[in-house]
Amino acid sequence: MSAPLIRVRDLSVGWDRQVLLQGMSFDVARGDVFVILGGSGCGKSTLLRHLIGLDTPLSGSIDIAGAGAPRLDGAAPDYGVMFQSGALFSSMTVGENVGFALQEWTGLPLDAVTAIVKAKLALVGLDGSYDKLPAELSGGMKKRAAIARAMAFEPKLLFLDEPSAGLDPVSAAELDELIAALNRGLGLTVVMVTHELESILKVGKTCIMLDKESKGIIARGSPAELKASSPEPKVRQFFQRQARVS
Amino acid sequence: MIVTATPGTAVPELIEERLSRATGFVRAASVVVDEAAGALVVTLRGQFTIDEAPALWNRIGDVLDRGSRRAVRVELGEVETIDGACTALLVHLRNELATRGIRCELSGGAPAVRRIVELYAGRRTPRARRKRKPQNAVEQVGESTLKIFAEIVAMLDFLGQIVAAAGSSLLHPRRMNVRDVALTMERGGADAAPIVMLINFLIGFVMAYQSALQLEQFGAGIYVADLVGVSMTRELAPLMTAIILCGRTGAAFAAELGTMKVSEEVDALRTLGFQPLHYLVLPRIAGLMLVAPLLTLVADCVGIAGGLLVGHVTLDITPRAFWVELLGAVKPWDIWSGVLKSAVFAGAVGLIACQQGLATSGGAEGVGRRTTAAVVAILFMLILLDAVFTVVFGALGL
Repeated sequence: MSAPLIRVRDLSVGWDRQVLLQGMSFDVARGDVFVILGGSGCGKSTLLRHLIGLDTPLSGSIDIAGAGAPRLDGAAPDYGVMFQSGALFSSMTVGENVGFALQEWTGLPLDAVTAIVKAKLALVGLDGSYDKLPAELSGGMKKRAAIARAMAFEPKLLFLDEPSAGLDPVSAAELDELIAALNRGLGLTVVMVTHELESILKVGKTCIMLDKESKGIIARGSPAELKASSPEPKVRQFFQRQARVS
Repeated sequence: MIVTATPGTAVPELIEERLSRATGFVRAASVVVDEAAGALVVTLRGQFTIDEAPALWNRIGDVLDRGSRRAVRVELGEVETIDGACTALLVHLRNELATRGIRCELSGGAPAVRRIVELYAGRRTPRARRKRKPQNAVEQVGESTLKIFAEIVAMLDFLGQIVAAAGSSLLHPRRMNVRDVALTMERGGADAAPIVMLINFLIGFVMAYQSALQLEQFGAGIYVADLVGVSMTRELAPLMTAIILCGRTGAAFAAELGTMKVSEEVDALRTLGFQPLHYLVLPRIAGLMLVAPLLTLVADCVGIAGGLLVGHVTLDITPRAFWVELLGAVKPWDIWSGVLKSAVFAGAVGLIACQQGLATSGGAEGVGRRTTAAVVAILFMLILLDAVFTVVFGALGL
């Protein structure tokens, strides 16, 4: 069995002096679609920001591919990130969004970058959107473009923050299929934050569930296992879409 | 229309109520407040819609003002219909009384009325909540002072990071986004030139006009050239240009970076390997610092042209005489000191605007707040820096 791609040990995250999540340890295997799930405000996106390296943990360690903690130190990225809003640069066209970092870090001529960008856009089903501005795209298309941008450097690891949030069911299903296809076809490891039940069941292979009150992980396993047989009431409520009893 | 009654008195029946009762249509709402067995009984009758809410709110105020009662019972048995707004007011009454330790019960009511009362949490036992103690004046002043100190620390921290980033950019020029330097020079410089020229022309014009009226009395009209020349080059052109840069470019920087921050574009940039300081901030500051001296030189010229126009029209000073007098009065250092000032002013504009933009949080409201804060802070800093320059140049005899 190969070593995990991401190894998290005793991680505590938060801001100022407030601890949001503490004592978390988990591994993400290569080729996995690892889902971080939980209710609103439980710290899913905060945990993701720490895994990406945007925030510094209060304590504990994160190791990605044996290279230590994630660092955003002004070099070509080792992994791709798709933010919840897509976070496309509004002053650039879709093509420029996908290609500008590629051009900056590889020194490839513009023609070569354009060819790569067009291929990436075709991969996510956005052929013909190269010259469009982000404002001209629908929510689902923006997220696809953001995935194309995240894929620009051929990463082996992709972080996705709420990929299907705010999308209509058809767009959400298409995005789920895209994520599953990237995982299957390219062997991409995906770490995904979501609370969309259908997405979790459709594309997730392993998941951890976070809880606000417990300030940590309350369940781990495959989505099917958690749905079928979790002894934890909050997990059952989540997978069976039950309201909290007040 | 709501009819109210004081305790123990009969409810006067309105003609509309009698009419509606006779015709089987709408029954006017009424609220009767009475006492029974030590409790205050508030009896509601008729149909309560949003139209009755203001009058119901007044009656609730009356009940709350009485305050010392042991219990309050709101009788809903004769309510025909009640909407969410009126129910919310009754629930508010119950919760307010609960915080004072007074039990309040919303009792009775037809099934339809009970359903809406339950929907608005009418059956839940309200928890007594602790009222937040308002801050007194000393606490507010203290908190505001701490915030100002925190802002100053954040600004100095940012300045330190910028200096370090500038140093590393000199060592590794590839890290710097040179394209944005040119873009900033175009947007902040070339595009701003018309307004800079207009404002400085008017400043020179007004200053010359005001001084001409005084100098003419002493037969010293020719000194308008000295006054306008020295004032524009040393003081007014760099300051006015910086103020225009603040309102135009500084506000744009803060809003642009603020919007990028709240829409996660800055984070996205970092995940693509770009450092926001190198990629977004340094090019803007550098672009402004390069273009502001050029704008100031243009401002010097048009400001002096404004003075020349006034001198020629009102004092009959020939352009040649004005020019000769100007050359005698304005020394090269007057011009260079203005240029130096303008570069420092532009640096302050860029630094504060970018710092405030990158400190933005909280969506559109946060962008507006930080943009306003940036403009105010820049204006304050410009005046402060100008005073420092004046004192330092004076002390050095420059």
